[in-house]
Amino acid sequence: MAYTFFIPGPLREYAGNRGEVQLNGSARSVADALSLLWAQYPAVRDRVITEVGDVRPHVNIFVDGESIRDSAGLGTTVRDGAEIFILPAVSGG
Amino acid sequence: MPEITYVTPKKGDVLLLVGTMKGAFLFRSNKSRKKWEKGGPYFAGSAVYAMAYDDRKGRQRLWAGPTSMHWGNVLRSSDDFGKTWSIPQEANIKFPQRAEAALKNVWQIVPSRHDDDTLFCGVEPAALFKSTDAGETWDLVDGLWDHPQRPKWQPGGGGLCLHTILQDPKDKKRIRVAISTAGMYVSEDNGATWRPSNKGVRAEFLPDKYPEFGQCVHKVVQSRKKPQRMYLQNHWGLYRSDDRGESWKDIANGVPSDFGFAMAIHPDDADKVWIVPLESDGFRATPEGKLRVYRTKNGGKKWEPMTKGLPQEDAYECVLRDAMAADALDGVYFGTRSGKVFASANEGRKWMTVIDGLPPVVSVKAARI
Repeated sequence: MAYTFFIPGPLREYAGNRGEVQLNGSARSVADALSLLWAQYPAVRDRVITEVGDVRPHVNIFVDGESIRDSAGLGTTVRDGAEIFILPAVSGG
Repeated sequence: MPEITYVTPKKGDVLLLVGTMKGAFLFRSNKSRKKWEKGGPYFAGSAVYAMAYDDRKGRQRLWAGPTSMHWGNVLRSSDDFGKTWSIPQEANIKFPQRAEAALKNVWQIVPSRHDDDTLFCGVEPAALFKSTDAGETWDLVDGLWDHPQRPKWQPGGGGLCLHTILQDPKDKKRIRVAISTAGMYVSEDNGATWRPSNKGVRAEFLPDKYPEFGQCVHKVVQSRKKPQRMYLQNHWGLYRSDDRGESWKDIANGVPSDFGFAMAIHPDDADKVWIVPLESDGFRATPEGKLRVYRTKNGGKKWEPMTKGLPQEDAYECVLRDAMAADALDGVYFGTRSGKVFASANEGRKWMTVIDGLPPVVSVKAARI
């Protein structure tokens, strides 16, 4: 199965300077799919996920256009061919 | 992104490390400190509450703890005065899984006085980390994290942060930390065990005004020449200790308010301390719209305003807990929440504006190169 990850600008230096990463593997959930990304680019993980395994509060993850905060979080199921976007939230000051 | 400028300090120069809510800056001057050259912004967009300069073992290493609202915190270092910074692949300050906690901010980075490769780091949520390999790897200091009183600590306005780390200049095993809001804790066995140490320090906001712990200590300083002498700026209260912090007595003599955050001590004179009193916790601004640094030359028996060169009209400023520093060249330096940085080369008798227009300043450290 294949998954496509879209990497935001500030994190591309940790992902081989790529904005789009396609990886093959087997994933039932977003957490599984992200593990494929962490395995390839471990430095991205700590920028997206906290030590306790939560998505950072000002980071949003969308699967096929839907925020995982509106579904089952990291437990959200992913389909073969899913598009997974990692995006900074609209926050600041 | 903004254009970044760089400084190239020479031996003998003074370097100010200025952390702001939107990045870090460096200011370089020679010993006269009449002109300042700016470097930065570094980590633009990230809050930098902690910076340090490590000149042990011949290093010329800057440390910074930038926190991105989005991407978290990774400690960064530079060996070329900010031209390049380390980019750790993984977060280097990280709570172990058993702690069930996530790092929110880095509040303090302190090179050890006694061991050239040891550094301490104070963070939010309140915890102490230690590195014994010059910052390559860091470990949580379990003895403090596991303290049975920790579940009762409460966050102050800035969060539940460990913001002050004082390693005793003459006793390697004695470390004092200050936490808002938990008060001070001291270890006499190099961090293995800790006990609260707040005798005489008031907690105005609690029913019991003198509890064992729970005070909102804003800043503590210790004389490096005379380590038994310490001073404390509290959330209401200005104190001195003559027994390494085991007991404290009030020294708010002649100040417009004993509320404030910042405090700095002369490295070579245990009687000289600077503070910036604020009106109250309800109005955290300089009283009467006057930006006044107060200095004592006699251990707090008397405080005098040092105002020459500082705005004395419509100056409702605030200087935060880590935004003031003093050095052995009689220099005193501070930054405000409104983004101004001031410097004095003569103990505060005369001030100059280093810059006006930075993001809110949260940290100022001074280093002699």
